[in-house]
Amino acid sequence: MAKTEQDLPLKAETRDFNFHYGAFHALKNVNLPVVEKRVTALIGPSGCGKSTLLRSFNRMHDLYPGNRYDGAIVFHPDNTNIVDPKVDPIEVRMRIGMVFQKPNPFPKSIYENVAYGLRVRGERSQSAIDGRVESALRGASLWNEVKDRLDKPATALSGGQQQRLCIARCLATDPELLLFDEPTSALDPIATSNIEELITELRERVTILIVTHNMQQAARVSDYTAYMYIGELVEYGVTDDLFMRPKKKETEDYITGRFG
Amino acid sequence: MSGSQVMRMGMSSMQATVVSDRLSRKVSRNIRERAIELVLFFAASVSVLTTIGIIWILVFESYHFFENVPLWNFLTDTMWTPLFSEPRYGILPLLLGTVTTSLVALAVAVPLGTIIAIYISEFASARVRETVKPFLELLGGVPTIVYGYFALTVVSPVLQYFFPSLPGFSMLAAGLVMGIAIVPYISSLSEDAMRAVPMSLREGAYAMGSTRFQTAVRVVLPAAISGVLSAYILGISRAVGETMIVAVAAGMQPNFTMDPTEPAQTISAYIVQVAMGDLPHGSIGYQSIFAAGLSLMLLTLFFNILGHMIRRRYREAY
Repeated sequence: MAKTEQDLPLKAETRDFNFHYGAFHALKNVNLPVVEKRVTALIGPSGCGKSTLLRSFNRMHDLYPGNRYDGAIVFHPDNTNIVDPKVDPIEVRMRIGMVFQKPNPFPKSIYENVAYGLRVRGERSQSAIDGRVESALRGASLWNEVKDRLDKPATALSGGQQQRLCIARCLATDPELLLFDEPTSALDPIATSNIEELITELRERVTILIVTHNMQQAARVSDYTAYMYIGELVEYGVTDDLFMRPKKKETEDYITGRFG
Repeated sequence: MSGSQVMRMGMSSMQATVVSDRLSRKVSRNIRERAIELVLFFAASVSVLTTIGIIWILVFESYHFFENVPLWNFLTDTMWTPLFSEPRYGILPLLLGTVTTSLVALAVAVPLGTIIAIYISEFASARVRETVKPFLELLGGVPTIVYGYFALTVVSPVLQYFFPSLPGFSMLAAGLVMGIAIVPYISSLSEDAMRAVPMSLREGAYAMGSTRFQTAVRVVLPAAISGVLSAYILGISRAVGETMIVAVAAGMQPNFTMDPTEPAQTISAYIVQVAMGDLPHGSIGYQSIFAAGLSLMLLTLFFNILGHMIRRRYREAY
């Protein structure tokens, strides 16, 4: 199994990863380790490619024509190259959950939203689904708020609750890696701090990769941080080191707010 | 807002102009605005006045009809023979003809229209979509009289080949072709509704490991359900009011039956039949078409209101 400098097991890593939107070279030779059961944050100014990189992990770009992956995103422990065209993107997405910028609950009841992934995976046993739904909602700190109205439409929840529902929806299927694409940018400060707390709790259970615009958020929730700029990975390190003692001048300029 | 007004407002903050001065009316602009408003108002009135006029005529003539024929007879008698020497005025045979042909049509149009909408919206490549859609629009633009003759001269004989006992005129043949005629309405409105579903919802579904089909049927279709249901309702309204196809292919005898393999007359077809003949103005036979027309209008009004309620009930806020 691959290891980092600190000898921690990796859940995934990109190897000389490149991505093209048509003629636009969006990611250039990115080598990013994602440590298992830790939170890795991707930061950088708008357009630096951090969301593009995140969305490569679950082959989201496959939904749109004219894109190209080069290099590898290796998923451990089985060393699957996620972006290999021979690998079925649905298999990849079955193992990797994703929470989006704007909460996107399905037009179904709260219960059915959480049960969705299980049903898609062919789970038929009602009691098994009941149990998973409850534990997923508990895992997303939402159970107490919704346990009496599981049959109500998910769209009736507040924005922060919807986002926790989307997290519960992922947790129900026990993903090995959870991708967060600026999960709090559409939320108010209280909902934001709830989500951040949740991410900190979840790191015990699942590997997390999070894109954030908010550097304080990266500093608060992540163990490792990668700074990206115009499609390149500029610096990667333990979050405290990167924020306190950045090795590169560009990183320092960005995190001290001199630019970006 | 005119430029000078903006400037005046800008200056007002410095010079503290009197408010009434800032909002002073410009007479010439006012007149022009009023004139435009009037034109727009009259344009909008045309549709309202026409509707009121139609309702007034229908109610007025029906009133005279119901002076001669008791409403109870109209609603319960199972014979409709207004042109016979001993006329009977029961709307039920015509109503059953309308309902039966509409049900046959919907049995064709709802599944076919929905499947086409799902295919075009979620599966087809841009090229296929751009090829298929004009054909559907063409199908929607075919005059219904052409469909009527298609039903009579092609579909009926084909059906008779498989079911030799089928008469030359039947509600089945008319309904099937009417269904084909309605497909474009249902498919294009449903497709619009499905395409309006935000991409973020599809991404969410794919990210959960859904296949294309699961995404389309379990997420996109439910999200678009209010639009899809109102497409169905529009289809029903069109089927109920459809005239030429049933007039040509379903036969012209009022028939108290819901068996689609029988010929029958619909409300609309009866109106055509009588309106074309030379019944004296003011006779009961003449008035009967207004009573029939009023029934038809109430029927479609009912479905329009139902559609409106469904839209409100299921409206999805993305």
